[in-house]
Amino acid sequence: MTLAWAGFLGRKVGVLVVTLLIASLAIFLCLYLAPGDPATVIAGGTKPNPAVLAHIRLEYHLDDPWWQQYLRWLKGVVTGDMGTSFVYHTSVASLLRARAFSTALLVMYAGAIIVGVGVAAGVMSSLRGRFARTIINVATTIAMGAPTFVVAVVLITIFSTGLSWFPIYGSGSGLLGRLDHLTLPAIALSLSFLAYVASITRAAVDEEKSAEHVDTARSRGLRERLITRRHVLRNAAAPILTVSGISVAGLFSGTAVAEQAFGVQGLGSLLVDAAAKKDLAVVQMISLLMVAAFVIVNVLVDTINAVLDPRLTMERGRA
Amino acid sequence: MTELSKVAVRKRQPLLLRRFATMTPLIRIASAVLLLIVLAAVLAPLIAPHDPTTPNALDSFGGPSGSHLLGADASGRDLLSRLIYGARLSLAGPAVVVLLMVPVGVLLALLAAWRGGITDGVISRVIDILFAFPGLILAIVAVAMFGAGFWAPVIALTVSYVPVLARVLRSVALKERNLPYVAALQVQGVSAIRIAVRHLIPNLLPMITVQAGVAFGYAMLDLAAISYLGLGLQPPTADWGVMVSEGQSSVIEGFPQESLYAAVMVLVTVVCINLIGGWFAERHDISEADL
Repeated sequence: MTLAWAGFLGRKVGVLVVTLLIASLAIFLCLYLAPGDPATVIAGGTKPNPAVLAHIRLEYHLDDPWWQQYLRWLKGVVTGDMGTSFVYHTSVASLLRARAFSTALLVMYAGAIIVGVGVAAGVMSSLRGRFARTIINVATTIAMGAPTFVVAVVLITIFSTGLSWFPIYGSGSGLLGRLDHLTLPAIALSLSFLAYVASITRAAVDEEKSAEHVDTARSRGLRERLITRRHVLRNAAAPILTVSGISVAGLFSGTAVAEQAFGVQGLGSLLVDAAAKKDLAVVQMISLLMVAAFVIVNVLVDTINAVLDPRLTMERGRA
Repeated sequence: MTELSKVAVRKRQPLLLRRFATMTPLIRIASAVLLLIVLAAVLAPLIAPHDPTTPNALDSFGGPSGSHLLGADASGRDLLSRLIYGARLSLAGPAVVVLLMVPVGVLLALLAAWRGGITDGVISRVIDILFAFPGLILAIVAVAMFGAGFWAPVIALTVSYVPVLARVLRSVALKERNLPYVAALQVQGVSAIRIAVRHLIPNLLPMITVQAGVAFGYAMLDLAAISYLGLGLQPPTADWGVMVSEGQSSVIEGFPQESLYAAVMVLVTVVCINLIGGWFAERHDISEADL
């Protein structure tokens, strides 16, 4: 590992840690400052006994200064003790553990669709003549404006009556069963991102295919396939990768809608349910997880970009 | 009369007409559709055939008829009236987001670009951090704090959109600020605020307009999604997001109209705004890369 690389990774990880710390502080403070008395919520009654309240305040350290409460909470998060949900009457960690798998699977499924289909559609629309270009352009323009909840309703409408290719509700069991149940949610979740990746891919390939080095390659008599693979796609990879990364990072928060629409028992649907029931401990934890996932995926993309184009490791300033 | 004076005397047409003349047919259609939707929202009490929230059990799942042109939903409320009234809150939410976002974003961008140094550093870092919070997550946290309704998601989305606007405007304002005319004005002793208000902001206006349009579209989709999740406006309020969500249970019973109509309204509005925004950006030489 060269010095440039060490510096690059050091900067990235440093920014990552600082961002996560500030994000965790922001999320903690949001819910710390939320109206309502947590002790009353924990006691569960509308007019709890003052003695009980005082006992709860002591037990949960509710009278400590906010920064002590934050540090205790942060220590808990890092060591896996995420507190207790007073709405679901169980530990937050066990709630999350039961649901994390479905959400992770959904994000991977949707990510694979976005990158696979999106890039393929973009390349095709740039290289396969006018007809393919028009069709794909129209399709991506429509899909780009189609939010998850709309695609979900359309899919449910198509598959609820008549076609029964995929289940339209629930989480399923076993890996295949789960994948089967996640197919429609993954399509609903990925469609607009897919269109975005396709259009960026098309623009990137368009730009590269008319570049001078491609003309040179052609004048040397190289085969068109080789030119496409080695000279066009390789150079077009950076923007495609960046946009794919942003899209995949955006998937985490999108799971809220996709899971809710199809009744998948995942972190997203839990977040929505917890927010409606004002279960702050759960909302805190899941939103922190989603922000963390978003930031980490972004750092990963930057790193992969730097592997492809080492000049990026030399860049100073904004990391 | 010479040729030259003829040209000079020719009256310029009003701005709106000139704009209209440069529109492609697609943009004309999009503008007309958008105008119709806004008119429907403003004139809802005059043009809606029924009250949007009064149920009528006899009309439940009624098909299109003389009295219910688009049919009625599960509790017999007139779908057309609910769509027309729904335009009000569905447009008001994004409009408020944009109205709150623009002044804050412009102020932050100009401050960062003008002052530079520490001010710029602090503003840029805060923007970077806010970028880590997806709008939907911020809105859900806000709802957990303050309860579902109109305002919590609107404020949360504003907070999450301001960084996007501020970052774009900052880089444009920075370029503008380094142009010779700004230095010339400074040498003449014109105050910073006057330069900003009289020169910088007018020059940034096309960019602000394009960004506001983009944000309006996103806000509309996000707010509809929040209503759909049951965290925004609550039934029986007439709102397109609420309608998509309420109609979903009817879909399985073979009545997809309510969800689909409302979803189509959201889509059509967003597509029209994006088309017009794209056209406007093209006219002002703002490339997609700047957005």
